[in-house]
Amino acid sequence: MSKFKAHSVLPGFNLSLGYTLLYLSLIVLIPLSALFFKTATMGWSGFYDLATGERVLASLRVTFFASFAAAVLNALFGLIVAWVLVRYTFPGKRVVDALVDLPFALPTAVAGITLAALYAPNGWIGHYFAAYDIKIAYTPLGIVVALTFIGLPFVVRTVQPVLADVEAEVEEAAASLGAGRLAVFRRVIFPAVYPALLTGFALAFARAIGEYGSVIFIAGNMPYISEIAPLLIVSKLEQYDYAGATAIAVLMLLVSFALLFAINGLQWWNSRRGTR
Amino acid sequence: MSFNDQSILSRKISTHESRSVTLLLIAVALGYLLLFLALPLFSVFYEAFSKGWRLYLDAIREPDALSAIKLTLITACISVPANLVFGIAAAWSIAKFEFRGKSLLITLIDLPFAVSPVVSGLVYVLLFGANGWIGPWLQAHDIKLIFAVPGIVLATIFVTFPFIARELIPLMQAQGKEEEEAAISLGASGWQTFFRVTLPNIKWGLLYGVILCNARAMGEFGAVSVVSGHIRGLTNTMPLHVEILYNEYNFVAAFSVASLLALLALVTLGIKSLVELQAKRSGEPLHHGA
Repeated sequence: MSKFKAHSVLPGFNLSLGYTLLYLSLIVLIPLSALFFKTATMGWSGFYDLATGERVLASLRVTFFASFAAAVLNALFGLIVAWVLVRYTFPGKRVVDALVDLPFALPTAVAGITLAALYAPNGWIGHYFAAYDIKIAYTPLGIVVALTFIGLPFVVRTVQPVLADVEAEVEEAAASLGAGRLAVFRRVIFPAVYPALLTGFALAFARAIGEYGSVIFIAGNMPYISEIAPLLIVSKLEQYDYAGATAIAVLMLLVSFALLFAINGLQWWNSRRGTR
Repeated sequence: MSFNDQSILSRKISTHESRSVTLLLIAVALGYLLLFLALPLFSVFYEAFSKGWRLYLDAIREPDALSAIKLTLITACISVPANLVFGIAAAWSIAKFEFRGKSLLITLIDLPFAVSPVVSGLVYVLLFGANGWIGPWLQAHDIKLIFAVPGIVLATIFVTFPFIARELIPLMQAQGKEEEEAAISLGASGWQTFFRVTLPNIKWGLLYGVILCNARAMGEFGAVSVVSGHIRGLTNTMPLHVEILYNEYNFVAAFSVASLLALLALVTLGIKSLVELQAKRSGEPLHHGA
């Protein structure tokens, strides 16, 4: 194809693509590029100093580890939830299935104040842990709780369709060749859902890295201990430290883009396996 | 029981888990969902009504709450249609035509999902804020975008940008363009083809995208919080109002306003399930995406 566009009898190409590009540029591309131009005015050493400040690195560490822990939790339990929803029937299954999407629909601030109330030392769940001297809300554990809530649907929703597509014949063949149930899962089912599980994990992780609303209510927000990177951006902005806020934002954006790239790769791998 | 029967039986059992394993897995899954989803959802309403109906109604009828509700509705009423028009235009160009750089365009459309909400707000502050690119010009002409309603709407449009497009693009790609080509060759105009042929084919996917877009638009917190300036009664949306009440230790009022948002989430999930059911019946495949 040497031309930009292949011939078509349908109308509206110029209008629809023109509008798409205009809107995309005005809303997304130009504003995002402002971030990089702002960084360019700082110079490399200025950016490096701001981005490697001790408090910044601490907040990135907290964000990264809490997101990772939450994504691991969700990968493990999400797989079980997906399995139960695909393989078994029980009363109320439809409602449970619909409820899985709650974190997509519930505003993050609502999730934040609710989880903070539940996991506080005097909350419904928190007081059981308080009896053993474990604090959840207002510690890094609270961040993990909030991020687990936010990321819950991702693994379930990516694994569910793949699990439903695993053919019963393959399992039967494995079983008739003498494989036990655990061996069938380990050797037949798990390899089939593995790419989807990894994709779900990466999606949940990516979402958690940027999350703000649900976390700030439950985290306690202690600098160096339970302060996440997005919160540090906000507090720098409140002190009119635009350069400092921008430096952290650029770091986070680069991490997000790397994850987006990885997720696209995973999905490509996933779909190739599906069609083989 | 003969030896033969026994072997058939054990063979059958081995493609299913034993009853105890099944029950254990169901218990673990439901326990997890109860702990992280059902209990929080229930507790929003429990806390909201913990001091009775009167305080609940007072909290949501108070002027600042009403103006927050109004601003949230205004924001959604602008940002959802804006992204709907964009989503249709993007899906039409991408699904019905072949051109260079298409996959790059699709990736760029998804970009806002990869950006932290806080960063989404920040970019508009850098652009329109007092020290921003266009800030001084805006100030000279007495136009206020940041810490005002337009900034809130813009930030909301940014974070909900991909919702409808990414629902429609794969749907229209899967449907191909034969029907539209037939309509055009029979003499229909472009708009006629769109309204009579394309739109009926994508109506469930469209509704699905609009519902999810609306839920996010009304509930967005991080991006809006950065550009809003938190001026009570003026630039507070419902989620921001919840935050202010909560930080003032006015928990009953905070959870009362939050319960309205939780209700919105429940309605969203209900309509979403209905749309999924309808789409399944009419054979129009939906693309579930986060």
